[in-house]
Amino acid sequence: MAAKTLYDKIWDAHLVAEQDGETIIYIDLHLIHEVTTPQAFAGLRANGRPVRRPDRTLAVADHNVPTEGQALGAGAVADEEARLQLLTLERNVADNGIEYFPMGDLRNGIVHVVGPEQGRTQPGMTIVCGDSHTSTHGAFGALAQGIGTSEVEHVLATQTLRQAKSKNMRVTIDGTPAPGVGAKDFALAVIGAIGTAGGTGHVIEYAGEAVAALSMEGRMTLCNLTIEAGARAGLVAPDETTFDYMRGRPAAPKGGAWDMALAHWKSFFTDEGAVFDSEIVINAADIAPLVTWGTSPEDVMPITGLVPDPASFATPDKRASAARALDYMGLIAGQPISEAKVDRVFIGSCTNSRIEDLRAAAAVVQKAFLEGRLVAPHVTAMVVPGSGLVKAQAEDEGLDAIFKAAGFDWREPGCSMCLGMNPDRLAPGERCASTSNRNFEGRQGRGGRTHLLSPAMAAAAAIAGHLADVRDFI
Amino acid sequence: MKPFTKIDAKAAPLALSNIDTDQIIPKQFLKTVEREGLARGLFYDFRFDEAGNEKTDFVLNQPAYKDAGVLVAGDNFGCGSSREHAPWALLDFGITCVISTSFADIFYNNCFQNGLLPVVLKAHEVETLMAQARGGNHVVSVDLEAQTVTAPDGEVFGFDIDPARKHKMLNGLDAIGETLQRAADIDVYEGRRALDNPWLERA
Ligand code: SF4
Repeated sequence: MAAKTLYDKIWDAHLVAEQDGETIIYIDLHLIHEVTTPQAFAGLRANGRPVRRPDRTLAVADHNVPTEGQALGAGAVADEEARLQLLTLERNVADNGIEYFPMGDLRNGIVHVVGPEQGRTQPGMTIVCGDSHTSTHGAFGALAQGIGTSEVEHVLATQTLRQAKSKNMRVTIDGTPAPGVGAKDFALAVIGAIGTAGGTGHVIEYAGEAVAALSMEGRMTLCNLTIEAGARAGLVAPDETTFDYMRGRPAAPKGGAWDMALAHWKSFFTDEGAVFDSEIVINAADIAPLVTWGTSPEDVMPITGLVPDPASFATPDKRASAARALDYMGLIAGQPISEAKVDRVFIGSCTNSRIEDLRAAAAVVQKAFLEGRLVAPHVTAMVVPGSGLVKAQAEDEGLDAIFKAAGFDWREPGCSMCLGMNPDRLAPGERCASTSNRNFEGRQGRGGRTHLLSPAMAAAAAIAGHLADVRDFI
Repeated sequence: MKPFTKIDAKAAPLALSNIDTDQIIPKQFLKTVEREGLARGLFYDFRFDEAGNEKTDFVLNQPAYKDAGVLVAGDNFGCGSSREHAPWALLDFGITCVISTSFADIFYNNCFQNGLLPVVLKAHEVETLMAQARGGNHVVSVDLEAQTVTAPDGEVFGFDIDPARKHKMLNGLDAIGETLQRAADIDVYEGRRALDNPWLERA
C-alpha cells in the first residue's frame, strides 16, 4: 500500500460517498457559536429539516459576550443585537437538543479553547465550526476546518461536508528555540516565510523536533495561525503529549473505551516515505521574537528590526499595500519597531488565552513587578482568559493576583478584543500589542493599530510602554 | 440559490492585495440574524468616514462604479474570517462576480454556496481588466458556461473552474438537497463507525 500522510489517513477514514465529482466526508464534531449560526438554523426551519446529530454538536457563546457581568446571563447583555444573537442561539440549541455552555457557565469560553478542554476534540476526527480558526484543533491530529454559514447548515442537516481534497504541505521546524521564543513566533515565522496565501489549497502538517517539544497549548497556537498562512487546516500527529492531555477530560473515553480509542488514535501519523506536494524546513534556532508591523499577518519582523520601506517590495500591488499599511499603522519606514509606543495590551483570543499562555505572560510580569515595575502609566492592559475553566485555574495558581497587582485588568472569558464585537475595542489611532491573530485594518476597532506578538512579548510591551524585546525581561 | 449563467456588467477596480473579510464586511454588521440587508456594510470603512459620510475617493462611491456588478481585485482576496456575510454583502450590493489572481479557500468556497462567481485569472489578465476598468471603459462579460471573461476591448480570457461547482452554480442547486439524496450512504457510514469507534456514540 502506498505511504500515506496523516491528512490522507483522516480523509480516507471519513469518506461517505462521491457525488458529481465531489466527495462527501463525515464530520465527527461540529462546534457552533452565536454569530455564524442564526441563518443556518433559520434555513433548516424554512425547509423543515432536523439536525441530524445533535449529540455530535456543541454550542458556546463567545464572539459577542461582554467580559464582565456574565453571570447575569444573555438577557442582561446591553448591546441589543448581540443579545438577540445570544438568545437566538439559546432557542436554537434548546429546540434541537444540542449541548450548550451558556455565558457564565464555568465551561463556557472561546469555542477553540472549550472543545479541547472538554475532551470533545480528539485525534483522527473531522471537526468543523463556522469560524476560520477551527484549524486550532489540528493540534490533536484532527482535520479541523472553518466553514461558512451555508456549510454549517449543511453539516447540521447531514453531518457531512462536500469537499474536494486539499494538497499536502509539510512544515518541519527543527532545532531548539532560544529562550523567549515559542509557538507564536514559530507560527509568525511560517506566515512570514510563505505569506498569507502560501498555504492556499493545502493542509499543513507540522513536524520536526521543535514541534514535538511543544505542549498541547503551543501546538494549538501553531495550528490556530495556520489559517493566516492561507491553509484551511494545520495538523500535528498525536503523540504521548496529546494522550496525556486527553486523559481524564470530561468527554474523553474512559476505561476499556480509552484503550480502544488510544489504539485508534495511534494509527494517525504520516507513513515513512509519504510524499508531500510541498515541504518547508525552518530552524527554530534562527527565529527571533517576532512582531507584526503592518495590516496583514505576513507583515512580520524581528523585534530588533527596522520598519521596512514599501519601495523594497516586489510588485506594485505589494508596494501599494505596504504603503497603505504604514500609513494606517502610523509608522515610518526605517524606524526601529521597538520604538512604537503602545496604548493598549490585549492578552487573550483563541490563539493565546490558555493556561500556559497566561503563565508565560505572568512570569514576565512577576519578574518586572519584583523589580518594582508595573504596567506603564499610559498603557491600558487586559487579560481575557479563554474559558471559565482557564480563568479558574489561573486564579488557583495566583496568576490573576500577579496581573492585577501590576495593573492589568482581569476579565471574564470570550473573544473580546480579538475582534471587538463586544464592548472591548480600540479607539481610532490606538496602538495595541495583541496576542490575537489578525492585525487587519479595523479588526480590533475602527482605526485601531494592532501588533501581533506572543503573550510574553505582550507582557513585556505592557511594562515597557512600547514594543519591547522579551529577552530583556527574562 | 440563484443560478449564475452569464452577465454583462460594469467592473470596478480595487487594486489591493489581501483584502480580508473584515474589510469586506466589518464586525458590527455580523450581529444580524438575517442574510439580507448587508449592502450598507460592504467595505464600510472604505466607503464611509467616521461620521458616516461617503468617502468620494473610494471606487464604489464614484458615479462610474456605483452600479458595478463585477469587482476586479488584487491577489488573495477574501482572506481571514470565515464569515459568509462577505459574499452576502457583495451580492446584496449587486456584485455577482469577483475577479482576482487568487482567493482564500473559505471565501472561495462560500461564494459557491451563494451564487457569487469567483474567477481566477492570470496576473497580466487581471492587470489588463484593472487598467481598462480604471479608464472608464468598463463593461465586462462573464460567461460561466463558456468559462470566459470578455474584457471591455473585446479580448477574451478563459478561466478554470471545478466541474461539480460549475454544474451547481449554473443550475442554482441546493447542496443540502443533493447530499440528502445520499442519506443511505450516511446511514451506512454511521452504522460502521458506531461499531469501529463506539466511544464516539454517547448514550
Ligand atoms: S478569539 Fe478571535 S479568532 Fe478566535 S474565535 Fe474568537 S474572534 Fe475568532
